[in-house]
Parts: sequence; C-alpha cells; structure tokens
Amino acid sequence: MFSSCADPSTLQGLNWLLCYLTTGKHLDFYFSFLTVLTLLAVTAPTALAFGFGGAMMSRSHILPLRIIGKGYTAMVRGVPDIVFFLFFVIALDQGIEWLMHQVRCPDWTDPIRNGLEFRVCPEAKVPQNASAQVWHSAYGFVLAVVTFALVFGAFAANVIYGAMQAVPRAQLETAEAYGMNARQVFRRVLVPQMWVYALPGLSNLWMILIKATPLLFLLGVQDIVYWARELGGAKTSAYAYPHPDWRLYYFLFLLVFYLCMTRVSELVLTRIQNRLSLGQATASGEAQRKAAT
Amino acid sequence: MSCLQTIADYGLRSLGYGERLLPKADFTLCQQFTLIGSGLIWNIYFGALALLFGFVLANALALAKASRFKLARKPAEWFIFVFRGSPLFIQFFLAYEALVLLPRNGIELFGITAEVSWLSRAWAGALIVLFLNTAAYSAEIFYGALRSIPKGDLEAADAYGITGWARFRRIQWPTMLRLGWPAYTNEAIFLFHATTLVFFSGFPAFRQEGDALYYASYFVDKTFNPFVPYPIVAFYFILLTLAVIWVFGAINKRLNRHLPSNERSRVKLRPQIIR
Repeated sequence: MFSSCADPSTLQGLNWLLCYLTTGKHLDFYFSFLTVLTLLAVTAPTALAFGFGGAMMSRSHILPLRIIGKGYTAMVRGVPDIVFFLFFVIALDQGIEWLMHQVRCPDWTDPIRNGLEFRVCPEAKVPQNASAQVWHSAYGFVLAVVTFALVFGAFAANVIYGAMQAVPRAQLETAEAYGMNARQVFRRVLVPQMWVYALPGLSNLWMILIKATPLLFLLGVQDIVYWARELGGAKTSAYAYPHPDWRLYYFLFLLVFYLCMTRVSELVLTRIQNRLSLGQATASGEAQRKAAT
Repeated sequence: MSCLQTIADYGLRSLGYGERLLPKADFTLCQQFTLIGSGLIWNIYFGALALLFGFVLANALALAKASRFKLARKPAEWFIFVFRGSPLFIQFFLAYEALVLLPRNGIELFGITAEVSWLSRAWAGALIVLFLNTAAYSAEIFYGALRSIPKGDLEAADAYGITGWARFRRIQWPTMLRLGWPAYTNEAIFLFHATTLVFFSGFPAFRQEGDALYYASYFVDKTFNPFVPYPIVAFYFILLTLAVIWVFGAINKRLNRHLPSNERSRVKLRPQIIR
C-alpha cells in the first residue's frame, strides 16, 4: 500500500508490521468487517419486521393465521439454530432455482432430483453461470441475510408476543371505553406501550445476533472468520508472506472485536432502557421517580 | 440390508465401533436415522459433562461475583464477561488454535513428562470450552438469583442465629438454586444445542466420528438434499430437549417441595440464550 513497502529487505520492526498489516489480503480482511456490520444493520430491522408479523399472526382471530404464527414462533424452541442456518440456505437456494425452473423451462422433461443430483435447466440458475463473481458473492450474502432474518424473526416474534401480552389489560379496556376500535387500540395504545416490555428481550436478542455473526462462515460467505483462518494459516490460498501458524493471534483479535461490540451495545441499550422506562408503570420507572424526588 | 443390520453396523459408529466406512451412495432412511442418532451420543456426552462440571464452577463464580472483596469479584466479573460477551464459535476456534500450539512431546513438569496432545482432540478440548462457557452463563444466572433472595429469609436466618457457612448452606444456596432453576433449565437446553457447533469450528472429527449435525451435513453434502437429514436432527433434538425439560422439571419440583402449590416456580422454556 505504501511506497516504502516495495522493497521487503529494508523492512524492520514497526515499519514491517505496518506493511504486513496493509497488504491487499489484509485490506480484504478489514473489508469483511464491513460485511459483518452490514449484515447486522440489514438483519436487525428485517428480523424485527418478521417478528412483528409473527407476533401479530399469533394474536390473530383467524385460525389458520394463528397456527402459522404460533408454528413460526415455536420453530426455534427445540432445535439448534445452526440446523436452521444450514437448512435454510440450501432450501432457499433450491426453492428459488426450482421456481425459476418452472417459469423459464416449462417443457424440460428430465427429473430435477435425479438420484444424488439437483439439476435445473441452465437458464434457471441463480445467479447465471456466466455472471460476474461479485453477483455470486452478493447472492450468497442475500441468502445469508434472509436466513438470519427468518431465524431471528422467530426469536423476535417470541419476545414481541410476550410484550404485547404484558401490556396491562386495563389500558386496552380504557382505550375501548373511549370508543376506539380494535385497529386504533392496537396502533395507538398497544404498540407504543409494548416497547418497554419488549426491550429487555430485544436487547438480549441483539447480543445474540452479534454473537451469531461468525456463523456466516458456515454459510459460505467470506467473512472475518474466513479471512482470519486464511491469513493466519501457514499454508493457505491467501497467504502471501511466509510465516508460521498465526491463527491464534487473528482469532484473539476477533475475540477482542466481539467483546468491544457487546460491551458498547450493552452500554447503549442500558441508556435506551432508562429512557424508555421514564414515567412507565414498571419497577424501574418507579425507581427513577423515587430517585428524582 | 435390513434395518436391524444397519443399526448393528452404524449404531455406535460415532464411537468407533462397527462398520469403518460410511455409506457412500443409495442412502436409506434407516441409515440416516441410525448414523445421526449415533452422532447424538457425542452431543449428550458434551452437554451432560459440561453441565455437570460447569455447575460446580458456576456456583463458585456466582459467589465470587457477589463477594465484597475486590480480589475475588474482579476476576469472576472478567471471566463471565469474556465468555458471555464473545461468540462460542470464536471461543472454539481460539481454543483449538491455542491447544494445537502446545508442544508435541508433552510438557516437562518437575521431571515428569505430561502428555498434552490429547487436549487438541475434540472430546477433551471442546469439552473444556463448553465447560468454561456454560459455567460463565450459569454463574450469571445464579448471581442474579443470589441477589434476589428475599430479604426476609436472610433476616429470619439472622434472628435464629444462623450465620456464616450454615446460613449459606441451609438458606442462601437452596433459595438461590430454586430461584435460578427455570433460567438454568433454559441454559441447559441451549448448551445441548450449542454442542452441535463443535465439529464445525476447527476441531476435526477423528476418523469421521462426529456428532449428529456432522453426519447430517455429511448426508447433505452427498445428496444435496437438505429436506431429510436436517429434519431428522431436528427430531432428535426435540426429543433431547423434552428429556432435559423432564429431568430439570423433576429437580425443580424437589427444590420447590416446601412451598404451597401456588408459589412454586414453573420451568418455562424461553429461547433467550444462544451463543
């Protein structure tokens, strides 16, 4: 990156370290942190939306909707989340290709699932075989985001459903007594009051989401775990400079990164919690009132 | 080949008994059920032992964190923060890389050479990580329970002249366990779920002896069909979860046996802790 790095024989000490840490592969490594942060930024709102939908469906008066909602929220309870991660990525991929296959090649006669193979017509490949490498990575990333959103949406649905149940009944009845209809009660009373009950669960979920990001590696995305393994390993494809096995230091760095992430989130979420419980009829709201007087 | 024959061949495959080679083609449903079930032995092994050892360390850590002395409190706080604040996945990687770096020939200690190469094998290395991890999570649960012991209970103990060790053993500890138990049940369930990460995180499966998810992903790699093996894993884990709830529910009943039935705490499954 720097011009002084051009001649390796002159490099020593800190100067050498600077040059080593700014090689092209290392810049890819730093870029992959951005991938993780993007995943967090995209997944969190999507999962929240999924969770909101799931919670609303579980509260619905229409039986089929309620069954879907309850099934969705119950999904993650008994089964390890990593099974879902591994399952959804392949299932989504095959589902999309199968749909494309039905649309684009209706007169294709060979069976799709032939023995050990899953074979669709070439036009149905997503992304197309000829398209650039960028699109393949982007597609993998989008699949990962959808998978994360699905799994964490189920967790969020659990939390939000519980929070909706926790809003005091009297509040809703008062709103009804003022002549609001069901939609108005939901929009103006239930949802605004729900957040203070949902926040502890949701902040827990955010921590879990941060700590689940290394699983991206298992979904085939080139994330920080991938680069740490490749750069630290002694004989890998990404290795440009001969060095012994340094993976320990790379993973130590990742550990510190995650510890900082969780610590900062913890501090921010505590502040939000304090803000939200201001003036609420909860224990912490009461404690704030007492402290003020 | 009949299904009974398959079970005889592959039932203990994950421990190294029976057929050496995994099936290569034409997988039957029976083979998938048997192999994945045989992998479940590892999940149970990791989960049960980590819980057992972790419980002891968790009690010590919770007490240390609640201690008045800085020298005991600070290390416990840091230990809990490091293990709860970072992903288990990274912890596995880190532990594996660290354990691999140990000298091949063993460590010289007071003239005795201690063999250490077994530490980098999954059965020991991953167990240590899981043990420390669950100890940290459970310690936080027990610490919270320790702090929410009713003030009246402690005052009553004082009034009876029960102090020190006797007060801890007869009043504080049982109440702590009782209050923390529902959350601890959750922790146990998610610890069992976390055991599926072991063979995906650096620790190699020795002679293809892996856990349930290891075999499931083996089948998916071979057949490119996720719709059979993963639901089988899910099925086994739901059974395992039910068994854990049953065992922990029985303990919970015993911890609550002195209370009137309306004051007992029930075990509720809340998916709050995955790592």
